[in-house]
Amino acid sequence: MRTLFDRVWDAHVVRELADGVSLLYVDLHLVHEVTSPQAFAGLKREQRTVRRPELTLATVDHNVPTGDRSLPIADAIAARQVDALGSNAREFGIELFDLDSPGQGIVHVIGPELGATQPGMVIVCGDSHTSTHGAFGAFALGIGTSEVEHVLATQCIVMKKPRNLEARIRGSLEPGVGAKDLILALIGKIGTAGATGHVIEYTGEAIQALSMEERMTVCNMSIEAGARAGMIAPDEVTFAYLEGRPRAPSGAAWAKAVECWQTFRSDPTAHYDAQVRLDAATVGPQVTWGTTPGMVADITARVPDPAQLASENEREAVTRALEYMGLKPGTPLAGIPIDRVFLGSCTNARIEDLRAAANIVRGRHVSARVRAMVVPGSQRVKAQAEQEGLDSVFREAGFEWRNAGCSMCLGMNADVLGAGERCAATSNRNFEGRQGRGGRTHLMSPVMAAAAAIEGRLVDVRGW
Amino acid sequence: MPRRDVDTDQIIPKQFLKGVDRTGFGASLFYDWRADPNFELNRPEAQGATILVTGANFGCGSSREHAVWALAQYGFRAIIAPSFADIFLANCYRNGVLPVQLPAADVEILLGRAAGGSYEIDVDLEQCRVSDDRGYSTRFSPDPYGSELLLRGLDEIGRTLLEEPSIAAYERSHA
Repeated sequence: MRTLFDRVWDAHVVRELADGVSLLYVDLHLVHEVTSPQAFAGLKREQRTVRRPELTLATVDHNVPTGDRSLPIADAIAARQVDALGSNAREFGIELFDLDSPGQGIVHVIGPELGATQPGMVIVCGDSHTSTHGAFGAFALGIGTSEVEHVLATQCIVMKKPRNLEARIRGSLEPGVGAKDLILALIGKIGTAGATGHVIEYTGEAIQALSMEERMTVCNMSIEAGARAGMIAPDEVTFAYLEGRPRAPSGAAWAKAVECWQTFRSDPTAHYDAQVRLDAATVGPQVTWGTTPGMVADITARVPDPAQLASENEREAVTRALEYMGLKPGTPLAGIPIDRVFLGSCTNARIEDLRAAANIVRGRHVSARVRAMVVPGSQRVKAQAEQEGLDSVFREAGFEWRNAGCSMCLGMNADVLGAGERCAATSNRNFEGRQGRGGRTHLMSPVMAAAAAIEGRLVDVRGW
Repeated sequence: MPRRDVDTDQIIPKQFLKGVDRTGFGASLFYDWRADPNFELNRPEAQGATILVTGANFGCGSSREHAVWALAQYGFRAIIAPSFADIFLANCYRNGVLPVQLPAADVEILLGRAAGGSYEIDVDLEQCRVSDDRGYSTRFSPDPYGSELLLRGLDEIGRTLLEEPSIAAYERSHA
């Protein structure tokens, strides 16, 4: 009796090494400009080659500007890193979606969009949000630069098998509540280290009812619960999403692929090392109030009071977080005034996210106190949105409409918060300084962020 | 450093990730926090420290190996905490930094002693033992594969390349 993860793992073991450590084959290696230059430099130093360049895909996303792309990159150091990926890709024969490519975008948005991400694969990338691809029933994990170099050279990773954790989500979500709220609520429940050492398999009717893009939002934030990866068993929703995509199998190969993909599921009696359950019907719109994604509450709640917490550790952590966030215990979350809105990131910048947010802002205008931006997850998402007229909806409402990239999710480019600025963000991390030194981040869903932009404060979107 | 959930954005902020080299990160370790004169690493007795004792879930968040490069280049050889994030752990073993997982109560004791001024801890990977200058001593269980990388300084890629026949066979059977 095996789990989905057991099956994918077993299918990729090249050889079991000592002490439960295995050499695992990698089907798809995604590469971006920030965590790869030192890996390519290592290959060159040792005169090694890339074993399977055709299983490797590169793009620039982390430090690229999202403004006018006809101008050169103003940051000379960032420009050199982008150039380095270009020359490394050429030298080693790796396909690159460069800054001027219509296929450029956040690495975790373009893999699925191309149909390169497929069920049953092992996928790695030098980025923790690689867990996104698990939505397709792939084992997809973030790795460090030394491992990036190892995969380039050998097409394998060396690792000890993580344990299985089942997150069973029953019931159905209320209107106004979505995948982002579900995963934030789960992280709030199990904590930011709740799944350390485990691969989470999300099961239950609430998960099966999600679209592929919503499933990606859920799996994306698995790392925020400490998990090595997140996975969802592929089904008809998965196959329908993939059919016809450029890198997906076609013709006779399609039927054969689907037949194979259908085997990637957990047996009904499979053993999980840990289990957690959540009723989707009990989840309201979530907003983070602190400096980890686990410091989260329903929008109807109040900022917690550290004095009422049980352990000294918790009291210290919450006190510190509230001081950084500039929040007083007992303040209702709804009503907290904001300065910025960021609609973007590998968590929530796909077409469905933009459509949902556009529906909130259509015919309305961003509050005078707020600067709001939309950063589509990829240039293809941007083009699709423009075809649907969503860019006009956002622009007319007072949003900036930008080019694709990681942007203000991590603030490596010019898109940053100023010290003390408070931001409603659809991204995945609210760490101190994540969006800019001294910046204060509240994570939430695209519809919640859109409503906050209009009101100039955190607001319960269910009242809209 | 008695804090839990120290993320890699704190260990090395994003503005230092734009380079193409593996060196020069030590000075930027905990860049934002070091601006605070009361930050633990700014204390006189912490100068030259080689062992970092800290809270649970250390190294969570981003996969950036730059975080371990910064810790190593600053001078840390071992980190003691109740728990670590997975990707950070894997990065430590590949950069000569030993993560030591001890029970939370033990880490509390060490943190208490470190807060009191000059304090010496000894970490012995071969003996799997942590001891201090006040009589504390305990064994820890390092990851066997990770310790091998640390103790023998193996070229992991070179070793995997020796598995070429197995890799090629896998590729043939999955073509």
